[in-house]
Amino acid sequence: MSANGRKEGAIGHGIPAGSAAHSDGDTVLETRNLSREITGKILVSDISVQVRKGTILAVVGPSGAGKSSFLRLINRLDEPTGGTVYLAGRDYKQLAPRDLRRRVGMVMQSAHLFPGTVAENLRFGPRQHGEDLLAPEIDSLLEEMGLEGFADRDVLNLSGGEAQRVSLARTLANRPEVLLLDEPTSALDDRAEREIEALLTRVLRDQHLTALIVTHDTAQAERIADRAILIDAGRLVLDGTVQEVLHAEPALP
Amino acid sequence: MLNLLFPDPIALRIAQALSAAFFAVMVAYLARRAGIRLQRESVVALIRGISQIVIVGLLLTLVLGGVQWLSALVLLGMMLAGAFIAAQRTRHIPGILQVTMNSILLGAGLVIGVMVGLGVIDKAPAALIPVGSIVIANAMNTTALALDRFRAEVEAHTGQIEAGLALGAAPAVVVAPYVREAVQASLIPSLNNLRSLGIVWIPGVMAGMVLAGSDPMVAAIYQFVVVAMLFATAGTTALLCTLFVRSRAFSQAEQLTLRMVKS
Repeated sequence: MSANGRKEGAIGHGIPAGSAAHSDGDTVLETRNLSREITGKILVSDISVQVRKGTILAVVGPSGAGKSSFLRLINRLDEPTGGTVYLAGRDYKQLAPRDLRRRVGMVMQSAHLFPGTVAENLRFGPRQHGEDLLAPEIDSLLEEMGLEGFADRDVLNLSGGEAQRVSLARTLANRPEVLLLDEPTSALDDRAEREIEALLTRVLRDQHLTALIVTHDTAQAERIADRAILIDAGRLVLDGTVQEVLHAEPALP
Repeated sequence: MLNLLFPDPIALRIAQALSAAFFAVMVAYLARRAGIRLQRESVVALIRGISQIVIVGLLLTLVLGGVQWLSALVLLGMMLAGAFIAAQRTRHIPGILQVTMNSILLGAGLVIGVMVGLGVIDKAPAALIPVGSIVIANAMNTTALALDRFRAEVEAHTGQIEAGLALGAAPAVVVAPYVREAVQASLIPSLNNLRSLGIVWIPGVMAGMVLAGSDPMVAAIYQFVVVAMLFATAGTTALLCTLFVRSRAFSQAEQLTLRMVKS
């Protein structure tokens, strides 16, 4: 078992694969027997995963396998019918949903921006807990996204890639501890996809963020993540380094 | 013309009803030709409509000569029926009947109560029941419109709503724009009524009073009272029902539970 399968060797996270190795004090997020079943249909079944601080975990699997359903349970956008999630050692059912969601940010497949300007979108999250995002903070956030001077733009005049960057900036404005990315590039054209991916990789490393990224693109998983889990039919099938998980696929039943 | 063929007054009324129904069926037929599928629904609605109004006519005959608490009972019955009808279009929202019932009872009840209290509506069943029924019908329509619009807005903006929740916003904050839309949309008919009053529309109460031989001036003022009352009812009911339905659209853990029904 190789310790770290990541290609670009920026920061050495050095995560040994295999779930037993992940249980130490550095665990930021843990799902424990997480399940969701509605009207007899099993969406997520008994998934237990531990994620250490700074890990970028790719969630891969065939379409309809329950990857997005799994992600939506982690910030409690959907209610688990079994199991729970621990955020920094605390059962998330003891947290107020709003606090949980501020700490566990999510970027969806589509940007879903609110009508108005880019700056208004960035201010939205912090304002919910009584914080006012100042102009210099907005500017530096936008600069980081490669969107200098976009603050006063109407979101209606953004391209798909720009909108998705704003969506990422809007989530980061909340300064989340964990970032959930649900197919963040799949709605974009090739060029925008590559740009967002590069941006994501940089931001995640720079801010030493813990992230879970759902993707159907195995090459993307390989480029971004340092660990992967494979989900099929709602179940956790494999957990290991990206290489291990991606290259074990032919061995699947 | 019909009165020459049917000298008996009841037979004449029935003949009139039939010819009106004939026109309605013609419209339904034409609509079908144009590809609008409402024929069955409209025939059922016609039959329902005529049986209901005849029964009410009989009931009114009984109540008008009777005691006052009976008219309160009749109004209550109308409100409940209105709640059922308003709930039908959005019946897949859990607990929607409770929502329509509460908003119609409170909205129409409040306006009728205040108006009777102020002496604007006479307590006599002959005035209270017809005017009350207009208020209740308006409350029913407003509720149905507001709920339908709210549902449509929420379904069309699931992404934004969940994005807002995911940023740590309260359900009330994320649905606020759609609540506003629903209230505004449901008030359009009542607003238009108020605006077009007398110009394109001489409404039922005034028409009835003039037909029955009242002074048109008196009839006009009374009609204004009724239409203004209807606007008040619509506003109150729309606010109430969106407030009630808002809480039904989300779970305890602030998850959006009102979703597009996937077939």
